[in-house]
Amino acid sequence: MPEHVTGAQSLIRSLEEVGAETVFGIPGGAILPAYDPLMDSKRVRHVLVRHEQGAGHAATGYAQATGKVGVCMATSGPGATNLVTPIADAHMDSVPLVAITGQVASKSIGTDAFQEADIVGITMPITKHNFLVTKAEDIPRTIAEAFHIASTGRPGPVLVDIAKDALQAQTTFSWPPVTDLPGYRPVTKPHAKQIREAAKLITSARRPVLYVGGGVLKAHATAELKVLAELTGAPVTTTLMALGAFPDSHPLHVGMPGMHGSVTAVTALQKADLIVALGARFDDRVTGKLDSFAPYAKIVHADIDPAEIGKNRAADVPIVGDAREVIADLIQAVQKEHSEGHQGDYTAWWNDLNRWRETYPLGYDLPEDGTLSPQQVIERIGQLAPEGTIFAAGVGQHQMWAAHFIRYEKPATWLNSGGAGTMGYAVPAAMGAKAGAQDRTVWAIDGDGCFQMTNQELTTCALNNIPIKVAIINNGALGMVRQWQTLFYNQRYSNTVLHSGPEVTMPGSATEGTPRGAGTRVPDFVKLSEAMGCHAIRCESAEDLDKVIEEANSINDRPVVIDFIVHEDAMVWPMVAAGTSNDEIMAARDVRPDFGDSEDD
Amino acid sequence: MSKHTLSVLVENTPGILARIAALFSRRGFNIDSLAVGVTEHPDISRITIVVNVEDLPLEQVTKQLNKLVNVLKIVELEPSSAVQRELVLVKVRADNETRSQIVEIVQLFRAKTVDVSPEAVTIEATGSGDKLSAMLKMLEPYGIKELVQSGTIAIGRGARSITDRSLRALDRSA
Repeated sequence: MPEHVTGAQSLIRSLEEVGAETVFGIPGGAILPAYDPLMDSKRVRHVLVRHEQGAGHAATGYAQATGKVGVCMATSGPGATNLVTPIADAHMDSVPLVAITGQVASKSIGTDAFQEADIVGITMPITKHNFLVTKAEDIPRTIAEAFHIASTGRPGPVLVDIAKDALQAQTTFSWPPVTDLPGYRPVTKPHAKQIREAAKLITSARRPVLYVGGGVLKAHATAELKVLAELTGAPVTTTLMALGAFPDSHPLHVGMPGMHGSVTAVTALQKADLIVALGARFDDRVTGKLDSFAPYAKIVHADIDPAEIGKNRAADVPIVGDAREVIADLIQAVQKEHSEGHQGDYTAWWNDLNRWRETYPLGYDLPEDGTLSPQQVIERIGQLAPEGTIFAAGVGQHQMWAAHFIRYEKPATWLNSGGAGTMGYAVPAAMGAKAGAQDRTVWAIDGDGCFQMTNQELTTCALNNIPIKVAIINNGALGMVRQWQTLFYNQRYSNTVLHSGPEVTMPGSATEGTPRGAGTRVPDFVKLSEAMGCHAIRCESAEDLDKVIEEANSINDRPVVIDFIVHEDAMVWPMVAAGTSNDEIMAARDVRPDFGDSEDD
Repeated sequence: MSKHTLSVLVENTPGILARIAALFSRRGFNIDSLAVGVTEHPDISRITIVVNVEDLPLEQVTKQLNKLVNVLKIVELEPSSAVQRELVLVKVRADNETRSQIVEIVQLFRAKTVDVSPEAVTIEATGSGDKLSAMLKMLEPYGIKELVQSGTIAIGRGARSITDRSLRALDRSA
């Protein structure tokens, strides 16, 4: 029995039917009709954010923590364009997201009307797909299609732009609508011949590596991955997007690959004779200089997106399919190889791997001047966190340290902006994760640069009972950029100092020659956080470290922010300098690992 | 680099041409020519794209095109097993002395004179790109006042049709 409704009611009814429990957004003129029935919905909770970018990242954090589609809503024009960054971010990290934007009335489209922006045109290159809806009767079908596209195949963001007159018009609502996507048929079932081929390579290789990417998490294939790894005995490396897909504590885990990967993981890929890529995409941060990446390796590349296979590195065995189905089939195929007496002997390989692991573990030095070590702060937060804690990081040094020094044992415990590298991701993403997983502790590990981009969402958290915890790793600088200036720009720190301004140059001034604001705290993150309704603490010494972290863990009725004043010269190691080969990995400053291969150089 | 002709069947939706053109430019491919028109099925359009790329990047752009939700099917048409045609309309300077020579060229290339005035002749010609450029070369000495060319369109030889299966998919989903 169709219900007689407005387009706006039809939109909210559709959101209820697809199971969108939480929507992050801000109203405005063009989307206003939708907010009226939203007020009455018992099944859709709307969280009023402070900036549309926060809504987008919150929806992303929600999606990554819950595995469901994240939803954000904004009005036309600037409301919609403020969603561009989080949409691009979700696109790079394949996060299922539906963004709903209001558009000016269909008759005004194309006239440069007030708050008009061609958001469908703007987001074409950064969405999996997008829609412009100008008729009320198209709303339920479009919402159903948007959620289907966002969550199936390789997940990604879908934008639905709805003209104001379509929201206001009278229509009928019935569910489920008939969807019509003849050009959208993601392949999930892998090809049996390719699976057999891959199993043969795995059991005949001498130096294999399972190179695991975010696709394994998205496919919920972590249980299958553990079985495959233990069955084959091959080392596993999990990318930045895949931390938690395989337990960090597992003896087969050799760490994270890439520019700041562990020496063992990077070297394992370089020396491998077989790389089995599962839901990974040979990103430049993983491969380093592409033409010298893994020169001895044959490549088995399994991905749900056929366009990723062969894009950067040619595949010897291409497998298109859902990671879970691929791994499940691989397990059977490898078992069959074993039963026929073909079993890989990786003993010599593990001797090498274990030697590298013992010689070049991840580590850090404590600052000699007694100041707080950022790595130690992050490590202790990880050690003291309750079981099941979700960590969300911003982008930069603190992100890499959070990847290195927190142990991830379970899926959906690590959220970050991997592909886009969006500074400011942490606070709103943590908010979204906490809104979706209310019984879990959520820590945002943020930098002082990142924090100043999106911290206003702490107000949203305080007013909507979303008690996240934020650790500001405050080194007073744009740390990662500063690190590059230290290493590659002769320690000329151009525009990376955040704790003070440029030097006072006025002759005769009492402060001439000293940086403006030096020695002060601008902004004062404790006061700032308190003003936004948070419990805020400052920590400047290692003795207080455990006390403040425990204090934060014990407060669950409001957000908590800890301003950790840390040493500014700490650097992220290991490192492969941009544009160089992974063979040139530096374990620490001026320390190139010795692999006993110097005769070859 | 070599020329490749792609026939792309798409849903006849607003913005699809923008999606395809933007994908080519975003991924760094230059389109040599592009022609679009509706097929025997009113809901399906066919876009014929000629690109100048190596085989490997061609595979990548084909895969990326396939990911567009409104794209139904992509077929590369090999020159040996397809008929390819372009259309040109060209206005050539002509007077009483040269007009007959121009008409002779028109006949040699089996083109058509579609408009005549005291100072010019307008010619319509179809054919392969090679044939048309040969004709234009012959006409050039007389003075080409205006030239307009269509994109290449192409169709496979033989009885098989590349639209059959896509039409069935469309019927199923409707």
